[in-house]
Amino acid sequence: MTDEQHGNPPAENAPATLEPEVRVVGERRGMFGVAGSGDTSGYGGLRQPIVFPVASQRPFDGWHEEVAAALDTALAGGGLEHAVESVVIHRGEITFHVRREDLAAVARLLRDDPALRFEFCSGVSGVHYPEDAGRELHAVYHLLSMTFNRRIRVEVTCPEGDPHIPSIMATYPTNDWHERETFDMFGIVFDGHPALTRILMPDDWPGHPQRKDYPLGGIPVEYKGGVIPPPDERRSYS
Amino acid sequence: MTTDTQQDLYAGASETSEGRVFTVTGQDWDQIAQGVAEEADERVVVNMGPQHPSTHGVLRLILELDGETVTEARCGIGYLHTGIEKNMEFRSWVQGVTFCTRMDYLSPFFNEATYCLGVERLLDIEDDIPEKAQVMRVLLMELNRISSHLVCIATGGMEIGALTVMTIGFRERELVLDLFELITGLRMNHAFIRPGGVAQDLPPGALDEIRAFIALMKKRLPEYAALCNANPIFKGRLEGVGHLELDGCLALGLSGPPLRAAGYPWDLRKTQPYSGYEDYDFEVQTWDTCDSYGRFRVRLNEMWESLKIIEQAANRLAGLEGAPVMVSDKKVAWPSQLAIGSDGMGNSLDHIRHIMGESMEALIHHFKLVTEGFRVPAGQAYVPIESPRGELGAHVVSDGGTRPFRAHFRDPSFTNLQATSVMSEGGMVADVIVAIASIDPVMGGVDR
Repeated sequence: MTDEQHGNPPAENAPATLEPEVRVVGERRGMFGVAGSGDTSGYGGLRQPIVFPVASQRPFDGWHEEVAAALDTALAGGGLEHAVESVVIHRGEITFHVRREDLAAVARLLRDDPALRFEFCSGVSGVHYPEDAGRELHAVYHLLSMTFNRRIRVEVTCPEGDPHIPSIMATYPTNDWHERETFDMFGIVFDGHPALTRILMPDDWPGHPQRKDYPLGGIPVEYKGGVIPPPDERRSYS
Repeated sequence: MTTDTQQDLYAGASETSEGRVFTVTGQDWDQIAQGVAEEADERVVVNMGPQHPSTHGVLRLILELDGETVTEARCGIGYLHTGIEKNMEFRSWVQGVTFCTRMDYLSPFFNEATYCLGVERLLDIEDDIPEKAQVMRVLLMELNRISSHLVCIATGGMEIGALTVMTIGFRERELVLDLFELITGLRMNHAFIRPGGVAQDLPPGALDEIRAFIALMKKRLPEYAALCNANPIFKGRLEGVGHLELDGCLALGLSGPPLRAAGYPWDLRKTQPYSGYEDYDFEVQTWDTCDSYGRFRVRLNEMWESLKIIEQAANRLAGLEGAPVMVSDKKVAWPSQLAIGSDGMGNSLDHIRHIMGESMEALIHHFKLVTEGFRVPAGQAYVPIESPRGELGAHVVSDGGTRPFRAHFRDPSFTNLQATSVMSEGGMVADVIVAIASIDPVMGGVDR
């Protein structure tokens, strides 16, 4: 990992209280990626924060700045100046972190504003960060502007206790099934979706399988009652 | 079938709270017709599939019919859901390829490629992929596009009764699979494109086989055109069926042949080139009829363009003999190459000699990289590619560990299948089959 992604080295004993834009989404323990009793090196007590790329500073490079500026203008016109919480540019891909209450309006602007014109939505992908307190569930949208040949990512979060995100199906009808899939797999309720039902799992399935805390099955072995533990409990590298 | 039989083995009827339900497995339509005539309600809901030879896989169609006219069409999917995305979270980054190649089983190389491109972007090694690996990826993807389009045309033909189209389609697809077997060792589920390059160099003689294949396909492809293009029955079944205009395509997120058959030359190979597609000379094929026939013609023409690309790739590969096919970074590159020995395929003897007899460090390195794998910097990437069915992309998220934190595939079959309703409602029930075949959904990709 490069320094650029870590930001400044954390102060002693306070890894999670950096500038607010540093996204700490978890903690990695040990040094050699081994969890459990396997690590006899003495480094097993090490704890490192899992840090995601930090927010980028204006001005951005190239067309990223054009998109961000056009979005700013459009948002200001709609009274939504604070809709975008932060912008992350990493590996040439730009991510707009949008407040969930403003998502529907932002999506409509992104599609219809003549300077933005993101006509094509590649669907929504859920991600579950169980240790990202207060924003455990993320919905990630990839938008494509065929007019300008640009691609952006819009990321929205919601807490596990209140898993509601507005549906953008009114703007992008293609998200019908995608939102159903994300509901099915992550339990994110897309408010405003006309028929938010399960799509891949059976209708009466309990739980949401792609969540990180979804219980996984072990495999009983026909030898003295042995059981192969579920994958998340096996000794493994991380 | 005698009509005095009350309970028919093949067309049993049962009363439910929703009305009378028939289960049809044989050709007992007279009973059904009679049973329906007794009902006061004209509305008939037909549940077609998931095990039905014409639904293009384990797709369940719920059709509401008024006579032979479809008034409402819905899809039931999920019958092939295997949790591949979840499984990938418990395997190393390299092993992920083995899983995602099985999703859309007709275009395995595309699944592998989009996943690997995402991982490579996160690793920041996009510019380090050797030229030969890039060319081999393009070669395999274009061969795969031909085999996938062939299956689409073949099964689509079979579903409307054009059995010759099916037999010749599978005949040619077999030739492509033979090439895959020669190059990767497997006909399907190759796991050949890996983060950092490809698994293996081209075997000796592969280029000759590819050239022979190109020469043969140039003779065979015109047969499809001769069989179908102006065939009045074929045109009668396909023309005007499954109509969807450009604005409908964009709203529903349709990409690939349905979008190009609506006249929009959007092809990620041209508009957002990856793997060096900008270096190849080919045309984006479009049609302007927005219907199933247009999609068929787009696919047929795309096979010609793919042949052009394969030819150029083969010529480039001829000048790249012995060049590396994996990144030089030994912390990412798979440590060994495979070789054929007297007892089958395994790690090359040179490599075994090196790690077992010469270098303890090399043995440790091999062991660590194979069991533990490499770490990918935290972040997320989405690198879509133009699969035979449209925009296929993998949203790859890493938390800096040795395993994908999340891998989500935006499969074009899944998205395009949403157009079933708009393509078939208001049409005849027989045209539903044609419309779905023109979308070419692969249920392995839809359900993942």
